[in-house]
Formats: sequence, C-alpha cells, structure tokens
Amino acid sequence: MRNFDLTKLDSHVNADPVLVHRGRWVDLTFTLGVGETDYLITINQGKITKITERKLQTKSGQFSIRAGVPSWRKHWQKTPQRDYHDIFAMLAKGLVTIDGDLVPLMQNLQYFKDLISKNRES
Amino acid sequence: MNIEFEPITGKYFTLDVDGTSYRIYMEESGSGIPLVCLHTAGSDARQFRHLLCDHDITSRFRVIAFDMPWHGKSNPPENFHTTEYKLTVDAYKNVVTSFVSALDLEKPVVMGCSMGGRIVCHLALENPSKYRAMIALEGADNLSPYYDLDWLHRPDVHGGEIQAAFVSSQIAPQSPSQFRHETLWHYMQGGPGIFKGDLYFYWLDGDFDKASGKIDTSLCPIYLMSGEYDCSCTPERMFATAERIKGSKPILMEGMGHFPMSENPALFKQYLIPVLSEIADG
Repeated sequence: MRNFDLTKLDSHVNADPVLVHRGRWVDLTFTLGVGETDYLITINQGKITKITERKLQTKSGQFSIRAGVPSWRKHWQKTPQRDYHDIFAMLAKGLVTIDGDLVPLMQNLQYFKDLISKNRES
Repeated sequence: MNIEFEPITGKYFTLDVDGTSYRIYMEESGSGIPLVCLHTAGSDARQFRHLLCDHDITSRFRVIAFDMPWHGKSNPPENFHTTEYKLTVDAYKNVVTSFVSALDLEKPVVMGCSMGGRIVCHLALENPSKYRAMIALEGADNLSPYYDLDWLHRPDVHGGEIQAAFVSSQIAPQSPSQFRHETLWHYMQGGPGIFKGDLYFYWLDGDFDKASGKIDTSLCPIYLMSGEYDCSCTPERMFATAERIKGSKPILMEGMGHFPMSENPALFKQYLIPVLSEIADG
C-alpha cells in the first residue's frame, strides 16, 4: 500500500491564516507516524517550516501521533466514516497512539487536529 | 418594532436539593405533556433552544430545559469555593427529582443527553411509575474512558479550549458548521473543573449495566437514541444497553454525533418526532 504524500501539508496549513493565528504560540517539532514511516513536522509560530522523514532514532519530536496507513487513509477522506473522523475518535477506537510530552498537544489540541486534517481530500 | 421574539421564557428560582439551595435558571415553551430536557456534561440548557422554538413539538409538549447547578446561568451553592465539584449518581438523581417536584410536574417525559441520557435510566430504575417515558440520547449503561480527566482542569491548559477540542471528536462531520461551532462554544464557557466533575459521574460513577435489566419498561417506556458518529456512547454500546433493558427501543441516528439537539437540529427532529408522537399517543 502506498504511503502518503505529506509534501503539500505545509502549503495547505500555511495558507490558512486563521489556523496559523490559532497556532501562533506553537514552536516545536512533533512526530506524525504514518504506518512504518515517521515524519518530523516543525512548526514556528503556527506555520509549518519543515517536514522531514525521520531517519535517525536520535531525532525525535516533542510528542508523537501515530496510526496505520489504512487508518490515515480513512481519516483523510473528504467525509470520513465513523471512528476515523477525528484523532480522538480514533483514539477511543484504539486506532491511533499518542506519546511523549503531551502538554503542548493539549494546549493546542484543536490546532493540531485541524493541522493534520489539512491533508484531507478536498 | 419589528423584533420577532423567540417563544422561550427564561426564569430563575431557588431549588432546594437535600437542604442545599441553588439558584436555578430554566427555560420553557409550549403546553401539554411536560418534557424535561437534561443537557450534556460540561454544557448547559442552550443545547435545547431549537426544540423550545419548534411549534411541532411545543404544540403538544411543555418543553422545559434547565441549567444544572454549577452550569450555565444556574449558580453553584454558597461556599462553592471551598469544595471540588464532583457529580455522583445520587446527587444527579436528587437534582432532577427535586426539580420535577418543585414544578409539580405530573408524569413528565424526561429526555437527557449523554450524562443526562444515563441519569434518565437511573431514574426509571428507581421510580418508573413517576414518569411517562424516558428518552436517553447518547446514554448507555456501560462506558469506557479514553482520556485522562486531569487534562480538563490544570493551570497550563485552557479549560474551555480543551473541553471544546475533546468533544469536537464527537460531532458528525456532516453536521452544519454553524451548529457544530455553537455546540463547541457552550463547551468553551463552562466553569473551571465542571466538565471534569460531570465526567466523574459519566465515566466513573455511572455504570449500571448490572442493574439496568431491572428497569420495568411496561411502567416507563425507554427510548435509546444514539448517533452514528458518537465515539463515547457508541451505537454498539447503545444496542448492548438495549439488550439488557428488555422492552427498550434503540434508535440509531445516521449521520449524527453525540449532540443531536444542538449539532444538527433538523436531522434530530426527523428522529425525535416519531418518538414523541408514540409517547403522546400511547
């Protein structure tokens, strides 16, 4: 099963001024796990400044959100089916794992939910 | 003057619950069979504004919605600052039964959502002949927490923001944006620690799957209504509850989440009207 192209996530996020404004206090790197691949997503003042595939275990994000490829595929459908429509719905169903320092995630939870859902089909 | 006022009347009164006085805010509209509406954890009675304005409902029902103590425009008790709010099964039952008694409501229908959907089953178990029927929206007799309640009340996380961000997972993606965000707005306005205290009842003190089978639905009909996208009171949990409460009527609401009356009022009406008609005509 093919992996996902996250290269446009930054342009989708950075072009949304309301989302960037809501994330204006966010300066960190977090890990988005898509199947076997981890991506390190760096954010400065609400804008994504870098997305890199994680090659070294010594490079890590402040927290991680991971799910399998089929789960993200369903999450990123235009109208997701139940259990896949929101990261916390996926959490309730055991389809996603969240680890690390969760404080910045919880301080900006809707921002991160909306950021990740920007990869959704339009 | 061209103002078109809504047909809702809001009132305050003092309710005594086991010797404690609460200044309670309630709204009502219509006449006929009393229909008492109980809001979800961490929110308030504004969730029911569409029902209160719907002539198809208020022409046959006296719709009454009130803010629970500590919620909305109802006050916490005197000296509330010396206690930690934590709702229990008994405390919740006492508030609702005191409210029904104070208003002299005869055989009301009680419709609650989420924690309200759980307490109506507790009330039916305790005194079924006191009520005409119960409607449990998004209410099951056995639930499972999926996040840590401490995130809801701590100084480094904004309570209103995190509450809304948590419950946004329980709204169907098909629900109109206007009503999705109005539902979330209510969650942004709760008092510190109140949603957390409600969830103590909802997740930790409220399971009654061992007792729910004793509810006598011949004395008090029970309707269980759950949204397809509810990830808390899932359709599976509703149907499991219905298996245990013999004679109860489960209704799956497709394209709906955890807040039917406020997240998608038009769709909810399609599911609710047949239930209300059956109750009124039965």
